[in-house]
Amino acid sequence: MDNAPTPSEPLSTLQPGQRGKVTAIVLPGASRGRIMEMGLTIGATVEVVRFAPLGDPMELKVRGFHLSLRKADAAGIQVARL
Amino acid sequence: MSDGIFRRVAIAGNPNTGKSTIFNALTGLRQKVGNYPGVTVEKKTGKFFSSHGEAMELIDLPGSYSLQVRSPDEAVARDLLLGRIAGVPRPDVIIAVVDASNLDRHLYIAAQMLELGIPVVVALNMVDVAEEHGLVIDLMALRERLGVPVIPMVASKGTGIIELKQAVSRTPLHKPEQRAQLPIVYETELAALGKKLPYSAETARLEAMLLLSLDDTGLAEQCDPAHRADVAAAQARLRTHGIDPLAAPVDARYDWVAAICTAVIHRHGEDSDGLTISDRLDIVLTHKLWGWLAFLGMMTAMFLCIFLVAKWPMDWISAVVDAVASWTKAQMPDGDLQSLVSDGVIHGVGAVVVFLPQILILFFFLGLLEDSGYMARAAFIMDRLMSRVGLHGKSFVPMLSSFACAIPGIMATRTIENRKDRFVTILVAPLMSCSARLPVYTLMIALLLPAAGLWQKAGIMLSMYLLGIVAAFGMAWLFKKTLLRSETPMLLLELPPYRAPAIRGIIQRMWERGVIFLRRAGTVILALNVLLWALLHYPKPADPAAPESERIANSIGGRAGKMIEPAIAPLGFDWKIGIGLVGSFAAREVFVSTMSQVYDVADEDEDKLLDRVGTAMAAEKRDTGAPMFTPLVCLSIMVFYVLAMQCLSTVAIVRRETNSWRWPLFQIAYMNALAWLASFLVYQGGKLFGWQ
Repeated sequence: MDNAPTPSEPLSTLQPGQRGKVTAIVLPGASRGRIMEMGLTIGATVEVVRFAPLGDPMELKVRGFHLSLRKADAAGIQVARL
Repeated sequence: MSDGIFRRVAIAGNPNTGKSTIFNALTGLRQKVGNYPGVTVEKKTGKFFSSHGEAMELIDLPGSYSLQVRSPDEAVARDLLLGRIAGVPRPDVIIAVVDASNLDRHLYIAAQMLELGIPVVVALNMVDVAEEHGLVIDLMALRERLGVPVIPMVASKGTGIIELKQAVSRTPLHKPEQRAQLPIVYETELAALGKKLPYSAETARLEAMLLLSLDDTGLAEQCDPAHRADVAAAQARLRTHGIDPLAAPVDARYDWVAAICTAVIHRHGEDSDGLTISDRLDIVLTHKLWGWLAFLGMMTAMFLCIFLVAKWPMDWISAVVDAVASWTKAQMPDGDLQSLVSDGVIHGVGAVVVFLPQILILFFFLGLLEDSGYMARAAFIMDRLMSRVGLHGKSFVPMLSSFACAIPGIMATRTIENRKDRFVTILVAPLMSCSARLPVYTLMIALLLPAAGLWQKAGIMLSMYLLGIVAAFGMAWLFKKTLLRSETPMLLLELPPYRAPAIRGIIQRMWERGVIFLRRAGTVILALNVLLWALLHYPKPADPAAPESERIANSIGGRAGKMIEPAIAPLGFDWKIGIGLVGSFAAREVFVSTMSQVYDVADEDEDKLLDRVGTAMAAEKRDTGAPMFTPLVCLSIMVFYVLAMQCLSTVAIVRRETNSWRWPLFQIAYMNALAWLASFLVYQGGKLFGWQ
């Protein structure tokens, strides 16, 4: 655990091209498990690639592959911007 | 073993890793598609021979990211590996297919496979792509770290298939000894809980882990009440140690995988942050403007092919069916048997088989979109719209497919993870205007506006399609709010790199689906057609020389038409249209041929038949002397056909896919009620405005 916690923000607020490190996942159990198994674990680096043409969902890059997630769910993932 | 199978081999891995390609390369054409007992998940098995000539069974497990269950497909993969399916033994060895170009992520599922207590062989596929990316994988080190054989492969070129076969043929096979290490406290809890569970020593650890990973809702739904308290207590103890029972195994596996990757992967050149071809394609294909254009272009191309290209084989099939029917007629003496065989059996089944070309073309396109990786982008683009009514981007494809035919559409819902969402999609899919409604629309539009230009006719046709779409979305929204109430499901969709689709595999899958459809046509649909034929032929009129129209009027079907007349009169329909509605239950386009029998017209040429039925119908008068088929009545009939559930083949498929009669019966009830109501509003509302 870090002694000086880095300020974190919801993943959904990041802009395309910005990257962050996952610090917490605050979602219902089943969703949290699925997100983590897809590689979005605490400490993983995630990059926002783009938003879908209608503004939602968003495309993320994590562990070398591309994943799509809605903004509402991404709001439950806290990241420290890199 | 009794059935001569030396070894059962299961092949598992993430989606998009070339699993099917390896399956096809190993088994060739010795494949079989069936169903797992009690569920509607396809069971695909094949046979191949070991390096020593023994017969081996290969089981293709549905692509899965984890043993934590999300969709019915994934549940089957898990249950089979854990030996939970009665009558299906656990496999003797697992081939874990991983993508060499992205080991960090793909080794995760392999890490889970190593925890099953079953020998594992890792198929390291797409090593050529990894090399292109400048990755060199130290195979010796990887084998040592994983403790199992690792076979480098390029499955699309057949490289490594022989070596893979050798690896799974070897005797004895060793159970894996390496795996991700959990905190000691966690292992202690797993051991203690595992002893209380009714599973073998081999699977108890993983079963216990699956239970500890559940949240309270999951526990209530999936855990045997006898163990719930034990699981909850163990979870509480872990939390006092600062361990998250759900996150710990996931973290442990990813940490283990990351450590292996650091040790075995060497990067050549600098870590290129450049864009891959796939990334460049996505810039266009998910672009705010170009993305939509590409999407619309692809969908238009697909439908043009379905309607235009399929027209020729469909005409051939109709011609063959007609020829066979008239040949049979000529060979057999006049009578009931002759009529049963030619009208009931041959024409009845022909009416369904005629859709085979459309279904095959649709499956070909769907396979192309799926295999190339575009399907995930379509869901990505459409998700915003679908989520407005509470559905998932993945519901888009089944609904789109239903424009051709609801049957493949409903079969395509299997990729939807959440059961409730899958059922909502199944319930509304037949509201999309399928191609069987086209002949009915064509006939009605010709009667409605005989003098209208092509654009006006096309406009009416389009508005019928739009009515179906609006109804489908409206009902989906309603069902999500009421009957199948659930949160809009989470979208967690991999956007795999674009790949050149494997045409051979697509054709093979297309053919398998076609066979499933034909098998239905040969059994259930055949039986229903014979029944329908009997309804329209018995009892026979007293005078054997009576014209066709009188025979039908006297039949049970005709009487049914008269019986339902009071119910359909408010829609502007008489009993003759009622017979057409009854007949449409075999397939909607049968309306045209039923009407031809009702109005006693016949023509060998199908195109001319449509014209002549139209002429006869246009001349039809009510008892009052007013014309029967006024524009308002025609409109009312069309609206009815847009919304009504009349297709028995769809009913049979819905029964199969939902594994219960409840859903198809409900579907019939709600769609027909909706159709009646809408036609009522059109007809009575129109009359109020003084239209005819």
